[in-house]
Amino acid sequence: MFYRQAGDFKTSYRGDIQTFPLKQDRIGYYLVLAIAFLVVPFLLNDYWVSAVILPFLIFAIAALGLNILTGYCGQVSLGTGGFMAVGAYACYKLMTAFPEMNMFVVVLGSGIVTAAVGLLFGIPSLRIKGFYLAVATLAAQFFLVWLFNKVPWFYNYSASGQINAPERLMMGFAITGPNASPAARYLFCLVILVALAVVARNLTRGRVGRSWMAIRDMDIAAEIIGVNPLKTKLSAFAVSSFFVGVAGALFFSVYLGAVEVTEAFGINQSFLVLFMIIIGGLGSIFGSFAGAAFLVLMPVLLKNIMVGGLGWPTDIAAHIEFIIVGGLIVLFLIAEPHGLAQLWRIAKEKLLLWPFPH
Amino acid sequence: MSPQFLFTIEVIANGLMAGVMYSLVALGFVLIFKASGIFNYAQGVMALFAAMTLVGIQNGQVPFSHLINAVFGTNIHHFGWNLPAIVAILITLVVMVLFAILVERLILKHLVNQEPIILFMATIGLAYFMEGFGDLMWGSEIKILDVGIPSGGSLWLEEKTIGWAAEGSNYYGMYIDKLDMIATVVAILLVISLTLFSQYTKTGRALRAVADDHQAALSVGISLRKIWVIVWTIAGFVALVAGVMWGAKSGVQFSLSLIALKALPVLILGGFTSIPGAIIGGLIIGVGEKLFEFTIGPLIGGATENWFAYVLALVFLVFRPQGLFGDKIIERV
Amino acid sequence: MVSRSDARAVDPGSELLRVDNISLSFGGVKALTDVSFDILRGEVRAIIGPNGAGKSSMLNVINGFYHPQEGEVWFAGEKRRNPKPHNIAYQGIARTFQNIALFKGMSTLDNIMTGRFTHMNQNLLMQALWRGPAEREEIANREKAEEIIDFLEIQAIRKTPVGRLPYGLQKRVELGRALAAEPELLLLDEPMAGMNVEEKEDMSRFILDVKDEFGTTIALIEHDMGVVMDISDRVVVLDYGKKIGDGTPQQVRSDQTVIDAYLGVAHDE
Repeated sequence: MFYRQAGDFKTSYRGDIQTFPLKQDRIGYYLVLAIAFLVVPFLLNDYWVSAVILPFLIFAIAALGLNILTGYCGQVSLGTGGFMAVGAYACYKLMTAFPEMNMFVVVLGSGIVTAAVGLLFGIPSLRIKGFYLAVATLAAQFFLVWLFNKVPWFYNYSASGQINAPERLMMGFAITGPNASPAARYLFCLVILVALAVVARNLTRGRVGRSWMAIRDMDIAAEIIGVNPLKTKLSAFAVSSFFVGVAGALFFSVYLGAVEVTEAFGINQSFLVLFMIIIGGLGSIFGSFAGAAFLVLMPVLLKNIMVGGLGWPTDIAAHIEFIIVGGLIVLFLIAEPHGLAQLWRIAKEKLLLWPFPH
Repeated sequence: MSPQFLFTIEVIANGLMAGVMYSLVALGFVLIFKASGIFNYAQGVMALFAAMTLVGIQNGQVPFSHLINAVFGTNIHHFGWNLPAIVAILITLVVMVLFAILVERLILKHLVNQEPIILFMATIGLAYFMEGFGDLMWGSEIKILDVGIPSGGSLWLEEKTIGWAAEGSNYYGMYIDKLDMIATVVAILLVISLTLFSQYTKTGRALRAVADDHQAALSVGISLRKIWVIVWTIAGFVALVAGVMWGAKSGVQFSLSLIALKALPVLILGGFTSIPGAIIGGLIIGVGEKLFEFTIGPLIGGATENWFAYVLALVFLVFRPQGLFGDKIIERV
Repeated sequence: MVSRSDARAVDPGSELLRVDNISLSFGGVKALTDVSFDILRGEVRAIIGPNGAGKSSMLNVINGFYHPQEGEVWFAGEKRRNPKPHNIAYQGIARTFQNIALFKGMSTLDNIMTGRFTHMNQNLLMQALWRGPAEREEIANREKAEEIIDFLEIQAIRKTPVGRLPYGLQKRVELGRALAAEPELLLLDEPMAGMNVEEKEDMSRFILDVKDEFGTTIALIEHDMGVVMDISDRVVVLDYGKKIGDGTPQQVRSDQTVIDAYLGVAHDE
C-alpha cells in the first residue's frame, strides 16, 4: 500500500531505463546517500571505522569488481587477492615516486596498473572456461604475491619487506598515515565507492554489460550475434581488475597503512571476496554491497557474542566463523543462488502487494 | 660422475617423490570428477581432516574438547588411552564413510543438474566448513602423526652413492627420505588396487558406467546417489592415505590443504578424467618445480615452488587446454 | 526498419550467398561432401534432409562456426576467407538455433537489445559515463527493439526473464533477437521443432512477414514438409552430406532420389 508502482508511469525510454524506476526507490537512494555523506561522518569513532566501516567500503569495491567478472561475465577468478596486491604496490610506488600527486589520481593510477595486469592474466580465458580458468587465476594469485615478496624494487628495498603509506592530504585533511581522522578516511573511500558503483551500474545496464552477460549465458550464441569473445572477456577482466586494484590501493593506503603482502593479500582474501558475491548475489550491484556488509559484519558480531559475551577463546570463535561461512556458502548455492539480492527483490515484490496480498 | 650431475639426479628423484604426493591428492579429484562431474575443491581439506581425525583418535583426544571446555567450564582433553595405529585408521575410515554419506545427503542431492561452476563453488564452501569443523573438533595446533612409518634419510642409499662421485670431490651421498620411498610404494599399491577394483568388481563396473554416461547408467538401474556415496568414500580413503603421508612428512597442519591445492595444476596437465594422467601430471609438476628451483631459483630469489606449478599449468592451458591425455574438444552448436 | 536498404535494393532476385563445392569433415567423419547451392535475395530457401544429412553443419559453415576443408563461400559478391562468427554478424547474417540458445539470465528486452549489438558502438569510457552519447545510443536502439517486440507481439513479456517463458515464446524471442540485428540473411535452424499446429502457423506467418515487410532473405532448416512446401521458394535437399536435390517445392517433391532418401531406400555404394 505504501510501497507501490501503480500510477508511476513512464512516458519515455529514458525514464524506463533509469537505475531506480520507482519514485520511492529513488527517494530512498538519495536519502541513504545524504545520510552517508552528511550524518555518518559526525557519528564515527575509531573502532567502528577500522573494524567495520572501512573494510565494508573497500570490500564493496572489490566485490563490485569481482561481480563484474564472475557474476556478469561468468569467469570465475581466484586471483582477487593477487590483484589487490597489485593495486596496493602500484599505490605505494606512485605515492613514493610522486609525493605531490593527488590521492585520487594515485588511486586511479593504481586501478589502471591493475587493469593492465588483469588483462594479461585474462588472455587464457579465451581458450579455457569454468574451473580451468579458476586454476589459471590461482597462478596469478601465487605468482603475484611471490613477486612482491621477492623483488625489493616493489617495496623500495625496505629492510622489513613491508610497505608503509606516507601521510597524504586531501583538501588539508590527512587521509593516510597515523594522523588521518576517521571521518576523512571514511569520506575519501565513500566518494570512490559511490563513483565506482555508478560506473558499475552504467556499464552493466548498457551494451558492454549485455555482451558480458551474453558471454556468460551462452557464449556461442553471443559470438554469432557479433560479440567478440576475446575482446569482451578481456574488457571484463580489465574493468574488474581496475575495481579490485582500487580496492587494494585503499586497503593498503587508507585502511591498513602498512602491509606485508602474504598476510594482507593471500589466497584467503580471494575467497573472502568470492564468498561476498555468492552470498550477496551473483550479477547484482546491490548484492556486492550486501555481501560485503554481511561478511564484514558477521565476524565482528560473532566475536562480540562469543569472545566478548560468552568469554570463549578467540580461536574457537574463528573456527566457528569458518563453519558458518562455509555452511552459508553451500546453503545459499542450494537455496538461493542469487543471494541476498534476490531475497531483497522478493521482499520488495511482497511489499508491493502488502497488506492486500490478493 | 661429477657431483653436479649426482645432485641433479637427487633433485629429480626428490621431485618424483614429491610428485607422488601431489598425485595422491589429484587421484581423489579425478575419482570424484569422473563419477559426478564435480570438481571437488575440498579434496585437500579432506586429506587434512582425515589426518587430524586419525591423530585425534590415535591419541584419545576428546572431540570438540575446546568448545566443551569453553561452554561448560570443564577441563577435559583426553580420554586417556592410546589406540594402535591400525584401529585408529579403521575408525577414521568409518568417519570418512559417514562424511561421504553426509555430503551426499546434505549437499549433492540438492545440487543435481546445477552448472559445474556452482558445484565447484559449493565445494569451496564445503572446504571452509570442514576446515573450521576439523579445527573445532581436534584443535588447530600442529600435530605429529606417527603411524610407524620410518622417516629420515636412507643411510643405505647414502653409503651406496657416496662412492659414485669422482675421488676427492665434496660429495656425501644421495639424500632421499625413507618416508618418501614408502609413500611411493603405497601410491603404486593404491593405484593398482583402484584399477583392479574398477575393472573386476560389480561396483567398479557401475562406477565406470556412471563416469561414461550418467543417463545410460541410470537407465540400466544403477543408483546414482549410491554411486556418489561410494565415490566420495573412496575419495575419502584416498584423502586419508594422502593425509597420512603428508602428515607424517611435515606434521598435520593447515598448510597441508594449501599443498593440496597443487593438485589443481596437476590435473590441468594430466586431464581431469585420467588416472594415469593424474599420476604423470603429478610427477611432472614434482620434478619440474624441484628442477626449476634448483637451476633458476637461486637467480630470482628462490621459493619458486610457490607458483611454478600454477604458471606451468597456465602455459599449458593456453597451448593445450585438454591436458596431456584429453581428447581435442570439438564444440557443437 | 529500413537501414541497409541500399544494399538490399540491388535487384531482388540477384545472388546473395553461394557455396561452392563445400566439403567438411571431423577427423575421418565426412559431414558435407562437395555441396554447392545459392541463395537469392528476397527468397525463402529451405534446406531439408533426413537426420544426420549435414543440414546444421551447412548452417554452421555459412555463419562461420565451422570452416570447411574445401570449397568457397561467397557472400554479397565477395569471397569469404575463414572469418570468425562475430565478423559474420557484422556482415549481416543472423541465426536462430535448433536448441534454443537464448541468454537465460536476461529479460526478453535485454535479449533483443543484445541482438542490436552490431548497431551500437559507444566505447567503454562513454558507457561508464552514461549521460550523453551512450544514453542516446541506448534509447535509439531501444526504439528499434520495441519495433521488433511489437512485430512479434511479445509486449507483455518484455521484462520477463526468458528462462521463465514457455517453449513457443522462447522460440519467438530468439527470432526477435536475430531480427534485431536487421540481417540481410536470416538463418533459421528448425524454427518450428517441438511446436503444436497453432504455434507453427504463427511462426510461419512471422517468417513470411519478415520476408515481405523487411525484405530479409531467409534460409531455414525444417522437418515439417508441409510447412517447407508452403513457405519456401526453393528447396535444397541433403542426404549423407551430399546434395541430392535442388529446385522449387514442386520439383523437389516429384524427384525420385529425394523420395527414395525420405522413404529409406537402401543406398547403393
